[in-house]
Amino acid sequence: MSIIFNHVNYIYDADTKHSSYALKDINLQINKGEFIGIIGHTGSGKSTLTQLMNALLKPTDGEVYFEGVDINSNGYNKKELRSRVGLVFQYPEHQLFEADVFSDVCYGPKNLGLSKKEAELRAFEALRLVGMDNEYYYQSPFDLSGGQKRRVAIAGVLAMKPEVLILDEPTAGLDPKGRDEILDQITRLKKETGITIILVSHSMEDVAKYVDRLIVMNQGQIMYDDTPREVFKHAESLQESGLALPRVTYIMHELKKLGVPVDTKAITVEEAAMEIASLLRK
Amino acid sequence: MGIIRTDKLAYEYIRRDEEGNPEGITRAIDGVSIDIVPGEFVAILGHNGSGKSTFAKHINSILHATEGTVWVDGKDVADPDNVWDVRQTAGMVFQNPDNQIIGQIVEEDVGFGPENMGVPTKEIWERVEESLKAVHMYKYKDKSPNKLSGGQKQRVSIAGVLAMHPKCIILDEPTAMLDPGGRKEVIRAVRALNQVENITVLLITHYMDEVIYADRVLVMDKGRIALQGTPKEVFSQVERLKELRLDVPQEILLARSLNEMGISIPENILGVKEMAQCIAQEYFG
Ligand SMILES: Nc1ncnc2c1ncn2[C@@H]1O[C@H](COP(=O)(O)OP(=O)(O)OP(=O)(O)O)[C@@H](O)[C@H]1O
Ligand SMILES: Nc1ncnc2c1ncn2[C@@H]1O[C@H](COP(=O)(O)OP(=O)(O)OP(=O)(O)O)[C@@H](O)[C@H]1O
Ligand SMILES: [Mg+2]
Ligand SMILES: [Mg+2]
Repeated sequence: MSIIFNHVNYIYDADTKHSSYALKDINLQINKGEFIGIIGHTGSGKSTLTQLMNALLKPTDGEVYFEGVDINSNGYNKKELRSRVGLVFQYPEHQLFEADVFSDVCYGPKNLGLSKKEAELRAFEALRLVGMDNEYYYQSPFDLSGGQKRRVAIAGVLAMKPEVLILDEPTAGLDPKGRDEILDQITRLKKETGITIILVSHSMEDVAKYVDRLIVMNQGQIMYDDTPREVFKHAESLQESGLALPRVTYIMHELKKLGVPVDTKAITVEEAAMEIASLLRK
Repeated sequence: MGIIRTDKLAYEYIRRDEEGNPEGITRAIDGVSIDIVPGEFVAILGHNGSGKSTFAKHINSILHATEGTVWVDGKDVADPDNVWDVRQTAGMVFQNPDNQIIGQIVEEDVGFGPENMGVPTKEIWERVEESLKAVHMYKYKDKSPNKLSGGQKQRVSIAGVLAMHPKCIILDEPTAMLDPGGRKEVIRAVRALNQVENITVLLITHYMDEVIYADRVLVMDKGRIALQGTPKEVFSQVERLKELRLDVPQEILLARSLNEMGISIPENILGVKEMAQCIAQEYFG
């Protein structure tokens, strides 16, 4: 048991004429050690959901529990919560503020009360993990390219060694190699340390390849919560809600249309190749 | 002569300490010479920090070359007298639409550019209508941009650039934050502008499947053009692309996996339908 949402509603600008539901009656349980993906059309409520997980937002109705305790109850230590439930924001600019890259990444661990030396060791490790060269360590984070800023923001959260790591579109704007490297590193980190990972993404290919459980948000509600393979069986309703299938799955559907008797369940290139190879060998 | 032309373009960012003394230099563009013909659809790929945005910012005179020259429609962008013309010829769409949207309602936002250019009022409204229709957003003209989805906002910012009647449009990662539906809409709108209106397009992206429709792909590395050609030519160099931190669309990965498994499928077929047809042919013999 790790994070529980109990009948959570979230309304932005409640009490004004602009008030609008961002989340409606969310019930959700996230277990320790899971690797969860969240997909959904723009404006479906993904970022709102992630910010409720570490108490940056407070539910309009309902409760969010971390390890059995309501994180919005009186006297709950939110600072400690945020070091244990780390969130990398969708826009890395919102997370960078120190004069140079290295200090920026040290900030989190220092704030946790670690010694300067320990904080610096963690910063080195985190920056290495996200593939930032040391030539950038003493530059201003604001003078970096878009993808470089994102790496630094991810390193800043990794350096706190959270138990739950939430990444809100961490690979948007990263080059393909950087995207693979970061997702591979996170997968490795999860295997080695058993941390819980929540990955918000607009890449169907990435969630198909990496996550074990996939939550689909649609207009503030959970539309599906299942394995990626099961979720991607719903081609039509996913497309209607602004989503898609992994590209390779479309190739399988297209083959079927052309009369080739393939099973269309493949969601990764490897699976598709196996399925096609076994047909062509017959 | 091309609509966008650069000759040995170089750009250096100079970092300064608190006192303003130079502390370090990054040569972000290092000798780029290109010639883009009117109506061409050019995609620019390249790893993070390879110089794509820095390059794009030269075309509409946001940054000024350290060395070399940039011409837009024959005009040297370094000449202050040309800046106005250059910005009308080459419109820029940035990654984050929020940085670009200023109006309270959609049509006002789109009309802002032509209004600033001194276009007469009646013509402004004609241009607004035409641009919003081009990106299929006319029915949202009275809405507040804040109430739109990311893909819709991004299309409004494209309409804002279109209303200035540019001959050329530069898009710097316009789909990075969009859902798959929104990405498709934006790419479809851009292709239509290119094919129907003959507008020159320069598209910067990290999504390999968005560039398969381009006439030409440029790959940047350390401020230089490391590779260029048609999408087919570029994507057939899988190993070289990997060295450059890039990737290929999944259909090419699939063909490669099949070949590794002893099934012979050409490795340069682009497009979901095209790939399926090729495999089906193999199957039906
Ligand atoms: N600060 C805010 N004030 C008012 N409304 C907001 C605010 N932030 C988000 N919203 C609205 O709440 C809804 C959910 O937004 P949210 O940012 O959670 O979506 P998302 O799924 O993360 O979208 P995206 O994929 O574009 O990042 C949207 O309708 C959005 O317009
Ligand atoms: N304002 C700035 N000051 C100093 N250096 C900068 C600045 N902006 C960019 N740079 C550096 O210039 C180089 C090129 O950056 P640029 O933003 O053009 O890359 P890019 O190819 O657009 O990358 P991305 O894919 O991450 O957006 C990088 O090394 C970057 O760190
Ligand atoms: Mg979001
Ligand atoms: Mg850039």
